[in-house]
Amino acid sequence: MPDISKINNVAVADISKLDSITFADGQKVNNQSVSLISDAHTLIDTADSGSGVASLGFTSGIDSTYDVYEFHFTNIHPETNNVNFLFQVNPSDDEVGSGTGEYDTSPITSTFMTSYQKEDNADAHPSAGFLYEADQDIANVANYVPLNLHVAAAVGDESLSGVLRLFAPHSNTFVKHFMSDTNVYTNGDYSRRALVAGYINDTTPITQINFKFASDEIQGGNIKMYGVAKS
Amino acid sequence: MALTLISTPLNITTSDTAVTSVDITSGIDGTYQSYEFHCVNMYPETNNVNFCFQVNAATGSNTAGFDQVITSSSARAYLKEDGTGGTLGYDANSDHHQEVSLQRILSTGTGDDADQSVSGILRLYAPSSTTYVKHFLAEGNGADHGDYTVNSWTAGYINTTEAIDEITFKFDSGDIEAGTIKMFGVS
Repeated sequence: MPDISKINNVAVADISKLDSITFADGQKVNNQSVSLISDAHTLIDTADSGSGVASLGFTSGIDSTYDVYEFHFTNIHPETNNVNFLFQVNPSDDEVGSGTGEYDTSPITSTFMTSYQKEDNADAHPSAGFLYEADQDIANVANYVPLNLHVAAAVGDESLSGVLRLFAPHSNTFVKHFMSDTNVYTNGDYSRRALVAGYINDTTPITQINFKFASDEIQGGNIKMYGVAKS
Repeated sequence: MALTLISTPLNITTSDTAVTSVDITSGIDGTYQSYEFHCVNMYPETNNVNFCFQVNAATGSNTAGFDQVITSSSARAYLKEDGTGGTLGYDANSDHHQEVSLQRILSTGTGDDADQSVSGILRLYAPSSTTYVKHFLAEGNGADHGDYTVNSWTAGYINTTEAIDEITFKFDSGDIEAGTIKMFGVS
């Protein structure tokens, strides 16, 4: 444990430089030992919508460097009201830039659960806590997969946030499992949480991923891609 | 939150020697408040089996092995590749009510086709506490032997106030023929 935990009310673990001087674990500040807390999450890349893009994605950086990749969505805001947020992938033999790269060749089987509550409490929420949405699951087809539904854009403060985890996309043996947990401010003023999980039924390594709304642009927010340390 | 990789207790492929279980007997202590176990592409020797864990209080009074008392709930959603069977429900075969048997996590009925496996994350909270029971949360996804995707959530508590310092992972029948397990500490 460090001898000091905070400097000017800032946790030592959160400080990387003092007066632009980088210090390392084991060094001392004012003769007090410094213990830096490492984090196994490595930020690989950020995809930012800027003023508007048709889709956000990553066409590099998904490889065997990490076993688990996390995609963190922050305030993804649509151009159009009441649209679903979607993802699909490209395998290494059909990439953007080399193959057709149209995110339409890897079949996915996935389940879809939601839980929701309306702002005015005027609608019944699922009695079992979560509801299986049979019209949103995917059965071994190469369509874009919905991660959440009915994202609003009526006022301007609505968006989607959450995380998608992708396991071992580099495997050339196994299908690729994924799990997503997101929350949305939906059309009609609901908070809607969606749990989506499944597998990409493709033994070819997955190297590219794309996110978009079912129609029109992403006009706010960003997606950060992290790798979780293997060693 | 910061995640620190502590160790890689398992990292084998089908070309390596299979293992009956993965027993982690060090590194679980009071250093971290909670621990995460990332299980990636756990591949079974036997068709239609369940990935499980149990724990041990090696420094406590019950040192007989991985047989702590667990109470837990479990739910799952599944869908067959042909589009049938889409269901969400409570999984009474995977819950525990003060039982000491293996606790199923991450998925159920995992198949042994060459491309089938189960992946997911188990979080264990404050295992070193000598005051409280030990809570855990698990979520995973598996490729079922009947070509279903099975997404499972299991949570519960290990009903002991002794410090938990060992954990085992295994399928409830047959070996683990491939997979990676990484143990992280959460600061």
